[in-house]
Amino acid sequence: MKDITVAEVVAGIKSGDISCEELISGIYERIERSELNCYITLNRDKAIEEAIRVDKNREAYMDKRLLGVPIAIKDSISTAGIQTTCASKILTGYVPPYDATVIEALKREGAIIIGKTNMDEFCMGTSTETSYYGPTLNPHDHTRVPGGSSGGSAAAVSAGEALIALGSDTGGSIRCPASFCGVVGLKPTYGLVSRYGLIAYANSLEQIGPIATNVRDTALLLEVISAKDERDSTQIKIDNNSNSNYVFKTEKNGEDVRGLRIGVCREFLEGVAPEVEESVWHAIYKFEDLGASYEEISLKYLKYALAAYYIIAMSEASSNLARFDGLRYGLRLDMDADWHTTFSRIRGEGFGEEVKRRIILGTYALSVGYYGRYYLKALKIRTLIKREFEAALRAYDILAMPTMPCVAFKLGERIKDPLSLYLADVNTVPVNLAGLPSISVPCGVFNGLPIGLQLVSGQFQEDKIINAAMAYESSFKVFSS
Amino acid sequence: MKSDVKIGLECHAQLLTRSKLFCPCPTDYHNADPNTHVCPICLGLPGALPAVNAMAVRYAIKVALALGCEVQPEIIFYRKNYYYPDLPRGFQITQYDFPIAFNGMVRIESDGGEREIRIRRVHLEEDPGRLIYKGTIDTARHSLVDYNRSGIPLVEIVTEPDLRSPKEARVFLNKLRSILEYLGVFNGDLEGAMRVDANISLAGGERAEVKNISSYKGVERALSFEITRQRNLLRRNLSVKQETRHYDEVRGITISMRTKEFEEDYRYFPEPDLVPIRIAEYVPELKAEIPELPDERRKRFIIQYSITPEHATALTYDKLIADFYEAVASEIDPKLSATWIADVLKGELNYRSITMREAMDRLSPDDFVTILRHLERGVITERGATVVIREILDRGGKPEEIIKRKKLARISSAEMQQAIDAVLNDKENTGAISDYLAGKSEALNFLVGQVMKYTRGRAEPKEVRSMLENALRNASG
Repeated sequence: MKDITVAEVVAGIKSGDISCEELISGIYERIERSELNCYITLNRDKAIEEAIRVDKNREAYMDKRLLGVPIAIKDSISTAGIQTTCASKILTGYVPPYDATVIEALKREGAIIIGKTNMDEFCMGTSTETSYYGPTLNPHDHTRVPGGSSGGSAAAVSAGEALIALGSDTGGSIRCPASFCGVVGLKPTYGLVSRYGLIAYANSLEQIGPIATNVRDTALLLEVISAKDERDSTQIKIDNNSNSNYVFKTEKNGEDVRGLRIGVCREFLEGVAPEVEESVWHAIYKFEDLGASYEEISLKYLKYALAAYYIIAMSEASSNLARFDGLRYGLRLDMDADWHTTFSRIRGEGFGEEVKRRIILGTYALSVGYYGRYYLKALKIRTLIKREFEAALRAYDILAMPTMPCVAFKLGERIKDPLSLYLADVNTVPVNLAGLPSISVPCGVFNGLPIGLQLVSGQFQEDKIINAAMAYESSFKVFSS
Repeated sequence: MKSDVKIGLECHAQLLTRSKLFCPCPTDYHNADPNTHVCPICLGLPGALPAVNAMAVRYAIKVALALGCEVQPEIIFYRKNYYYPDLPRGFQITQYDFPIAFNGMVRIESDGGEREIRIRRVHLEEDPGRLIYKGTIDTARHSLVDYNRSGIPLVEIVTEPDLRSPKEARVFLNKLRSILEYLGVFNGDLEGAMRVDANISLAGGERAEVKNISSYKGVERALSFEITRQRNLLRRNLSVKQETRHYDEVRGITISMRTKEFEEDYRYFPEPDLVPIRIAEYVPELKAEIPELPDERRKRFIIQYSITPEHATALTYDKLIADFYEAVASEIDPKLSATWIADVLKGELNYRSITMREAMDRLSPDDFVTILRHLERGVITERGATVVIREILDRGGKPEEIIKRKKLARISSAEMQQAIDAVLNDKENTGAISDYLAGKSEALNFLVGQVMKYTRGRAEPKEVRSMLENALRNASG
């Protein structure tokens, strides 16, 4: 599973060399044997039914780019007819009546949804430990976290429990688990992929993005999900034909990184574990060998990024999560009381500790008298960080840095200490504040645990990081078997 | 008279767009079953995103222009956060800083002459759903929620505290309604189409806000109640607290909801799912689309048709009535038309509590022209004309047919002479005749009445009177 690409699977199914039904059944058998807890909800019956239909009518589906491809969907993305919980007790039993725009796109291209993957509750976490459905285990070491919040999606792809997956990234939630699980994950430019159907944690920061075992599959999945959508007003409407044909573009450029200018920002290397720093430098030297050049730079506002990020994210979350009152969907309690008592009890029982913490902090930050001191100030920091990145990305094509400051940590090691968890996001969060695209690719292993390299480019320059990552990937096999 | 009362209104008017403010759901929910005009967006389902209905923005800009406001170059939507079962997202999408417009003005006719009421701001927001109680709000075991209304576009119009009496508040609301209807963006006949929050204070007291008054009459009554309540407190040297009050439509009183210390903090912040919208470029085009408004039309009527200012006001308030009048006045003497529409027809509509829109299903301007033409030519009497109008409003039909069926055609002079002779020769009337001849002129009224009765109203009373006077003069002479 690990060495087969989406293109190969699709070609095999179209030619009849691969039985889609066997492929999908095989995936479910693997999931059944697995103890990783990648999935909250499986879509087995419908998926197998769909696979049989694909095998029978494959001639009619020759134009579909993801025909029969088994895909895992993070449980923060709405899927019609499949329970969508955001890993929260409060949404237990909620079955959306509609598909997110990205799900519509996947179905159009013939992808088969295996199930909904585990995550941190409402995307609030870095380890997939805040899930109401229990933690997901890291496929490389079952005593360690897979990263988060899209831990289930990254672990599923890494363990062959899906070929590709969708995650969502608010402050690193795709790249962190990709790094910890040794797979590729990409957070698109803010406004490239429609958020319609993505259950919001922090609307102004997050994007849906692809997770795969290799860069080419990541690029193909990005291509499929970055369709224009009138229903998302924050999607930035660009001419898709010229800008998002990533696979085509990369093939044309021939994975050539000669002349590529790389900025290596010192602040992103501070406090990073030595094995991670070493690995990342090796990757940068590899780029040099391939004909790129690098320079060390400094971004002075980065030190405020974490504080600004958490204020903005929690403020937006406090408002976004207000709708969960148990009145129309989700958790119900058998009680006969007035409105205030009822919704307070439902929220009290339905939300986990981390979610409550962020709602309370966000509510505080937006209150009269504090709004100017916290929220508005955070927005100003965000603008400064954005400008600083833009300036750096005029001088350099891409920036390179470790995705995470460490390798996957032990289950339970940090969950009792929220601040240490928040600090783990230090290299991913600034990219969300700036709304830029970034990719995490495996660049090394330490004690059997993967290390991730993060590449960042300018707004809507996904092709630059995809091309660079592909060049790096083909010259350096992390997990050569 | 100088008043110590200060009233400011926040008026929420439903805009007549075809779809809701942030989703494609239809807005014609008034006769629909509960929760049938809903979708993931207006139900606030997780993941659904709002997208602004451009038509609603255009309508709101037109309203702002018609109220003489300064339209802002760019607008931003905000979230107003509070928990209520009719609010499916736990926040309302509304505007805060950067609304549609600031600083406008509306002229009203008050007891003291014409007054200018300043408009502070105009903004767009979404309507919440609607709570329905089985029974009354006090006795119901449960409340039900209907989200059909959730997401209907509202334009909120906020006045400065320039109104001086409950009656002025009502006159203002009528004027506002009139302007919105002229723009074609509002239908005041629909239930709940206009809802008002009223701020009121008396000199020496804090202001109270009466929330969510849903009828025009209710505004006047709630404010009158508040003046009495606040005056009584001040008279007894008690303080009027700053508070929010609820208007009980059935009992006609206001009840305290919460005092200032417990005011909610709505934690306004810009809606991250929407982007700022630049509207400056649309203003010239929308300005050109603003039709003639009631004030201008009234002025034109006075000049063009030489009618009284009172008639012009009465005829221009409702756009449909004004249109009706102009159709009739193009065929019939404008002054006669004015009297018959402003005084007679409007009176009949009020008596029946029906609107011009409803009346027009039965009574067309052509019918009205026919009626007045028959009147002008003496075919029917004024009373006959009134009977025809009433018959059409109540049961429908065409004027000619009704005149024939009800035998309303005015009688001939020969018939009239015959009627007068009959009344004068009737022994029952001998007393009245001798009274009149003895100088009691009131006795003539009785005799006129007798003739009218004899002719079953088909005679013109004025004519009867003069013919009777002649006959009696001859009799005595």
